[in-house]
Amino acid sequence: MIPELSPPDVRLVATGVVVQPNPFARPILDDVSIELHRGEVHALVGPNGAGKSTLFSVLSGDIDPVVGEVWLDGEPLHSIRPRRLAQRRSVLLQQNTVAFSFTVEQVVRMGRAPWAGTPAEADDDRVVAEGMAATEVLELARRPVSSLSGGERARVALARVLAQDVDILLLDEPTAALDLKHHEDVMRLARRRATSGATVAIVLHDLNAALTHADRVTLLSDGRVAATGAPAEVLTADRIEHVYGQAVDVFPHPRTGVPIIAARH
Amino acid sequence: MTAGNATNGSTVDTAAPPPRRWSRFAIMTGLLVLALLVTCLLSLGIGQYALSPTQIIGILLQAIGIDTGWAPTVTTDAGVLLSIRMPRLVLGVIVGAALAVSGVLMQAIFGNPLADAGVVGVSSGAAVGAAASLTFGLATFGAWTTPAFAFFGGLIAVFAVYFISRAGGRTEVVTLLLTGIAINAIGGAGLAFLTFLGTTSTREQIIFWQLGSLNGALWPNVALVAPLVAIGTVVALLVARQLDLFALGERTARHLGVRVEPLRMTVIVTVALLVCAAVAFAGIIGFVGLVIPHLMRMIMGPAHLPLVIVSALGGALLIAAADLVARTAVPLADLPIGMITALVGGPFFLWLLLRTRRESGGWA
Repeated sequence: MIPELSPPDVRLVATGVVVQPNPFARPILDDVSIELHRGEVHALVGPNGAGKSTLFSVLSGDIDPVVGEVWLDGEPLHSIRPRRLAQRRSVLLQQNTVAFSFTVEQVVRMGRAPWAGTPAEADDDRVVAEGMAATEVLELARRPVSSLSGGERARVALARVLAQDVDILLLDEPTAALDLKHHEDVMRLARRRATSGATVAIVLHDLNAALTHADRVTLLSDGRVAATGAPAEVLTADRIEHVYGQAVDVFPHPRTGVPIIAARH
Repeated sequence: MTAGNATNGSTVDTAAPPPRRWSRFAIMTGLLVLALLVTCLLSLGIGQYALSPTQIIGILLQAIGIDTGWAPTVTTDAGVLLSIRMPRLVLGVIVGAALAVSGVLMQAIFGNPLADAGVVGVSSGAAVGAAASLTFGLATFGAWTTPAFAFFGGLIAVFAVYFISRAGGRTEVVTLLLTGIAINAIGGAGLAFLTFLGTTSTREQIIFWQLGSLNGALWPNVALVAPLVAIGTVVALLVARQLDLFALGERTARHLGVRVEPLRMTVIVTVALLVCAAVAFAGIIGFVGLVIPHLMRMIMGPAHLPLVIVSALGGALLIAAADLVARTAVPLADLPIGMITALVGGPFFLWLLLRTRRESGGWA
């Protein structure tokens, strides 16, 4: 089906996506639709096994759903060649191991690969340096990635994604290995990118981060969309308890008034 | 995330390394070329008929029509050099380059530094193909029959190893090595059977393959192998930058614009091509594809474009040197070159193992 003329602020759309390992298995994703908008940070949340990573793979073009469609700026995602796709969206996975002893700077520079031989190549040095500065990995530039800690590797991978310099960013749990400060840095980074017009989708486990930093939240449960919309409306105490099977208290932050979620025990 | 943070750090490092890396590459290339030339001159000069470097240069120049007066007047000397030592040396140099480049390529697509044509069984697959063509006296593709069968055998082996040992775009070291043991066992059985079937003369040829030797290399052999290796090396150079991205894992490589499937197939076919070229006339020469890329990576870093070039030179140098030893270590005897490379490669492998264990508790 062809979606009704999408307004220009809808960048990446999935409609009625079904993903099944085989025709007899229970679907991992069952009739899931999602819209990612220009200028927004969109958080994907849900319990383990809810289908976040699978939906992420569908949005990044790694899985071609049997049923349902994915569109990027009105073009079917599967019809876009990898290199052209790489010039429009960047993807950060959870696993970021690097084979062989490539240095941090070499790995970040790999983010420029989609632009090799284009006029944008002239920006390579500047964009690489900016990406490394924004993730605070400049002082690691000459170190082999294989010698770094998990958190440092995660930041290097993010720097590589930033070096790709595109305005759709898909980030799968970018903060999982990070300490408090770097966690906040990454969320602020996503925020700034969105404010300057980018489209950012982030898979998150931390519901408070979703409440604080996201413009929109999609809550997945058992391969279906349980709710989607403004964070405070989606992440209510009742719905969280229902989806996660864990009672929570939701109360306003004493200074900002943003809701805070705390597990009840 | 825009320029905000970048301004206070200046553009540290990002502009500096490339020139340094290029000068290191230039020095390394220069040293390897020099060492290769010296080894070649030595190799051409040493033997039953000793020739001085000036005599060698004289003969070579005479052969291409330039008369220097350096060439010895005895025609046997020129004959020894041009029709015995030269083809052997040139074949060795080509085979060494082919093996080293095939090692670089395999290690890149397996994401695993231990992949090597010999270790993983591609060489024995190719040897089975070549042996089959001999035992059955086939001439399906004329002069190309033996290389062609070696190619098919090698291709089947690479595909088998690749699809059996890979999971999620990577290969665990243990799975890869165990797959290699299995493929080598099957290849060994095939070779044993073909040896059993063959006549005395084909038997001898098959055994000589398993040992690896450059003895008896002829110019027509060189003419067959050289274009194959040239093609393989050019392909390796063309895909080198994309191979760098493979180090990030297959999914990430795709996210950065690499067409993963076509690249993978191209590389697999190229590996089979290089290995068949190496095996067809020189037999199984082990460890070159393991030792050389490793050493070069330690010196040059892992970026594939320079790595392919210096590995090709390094492989050529190793075989040229090993062949010199094979010819001269024992008077009047021609040792199998596979034995020499294994003597170097085996301890090197052990040293790698110990070093990796010390640093990171072994290969996971």
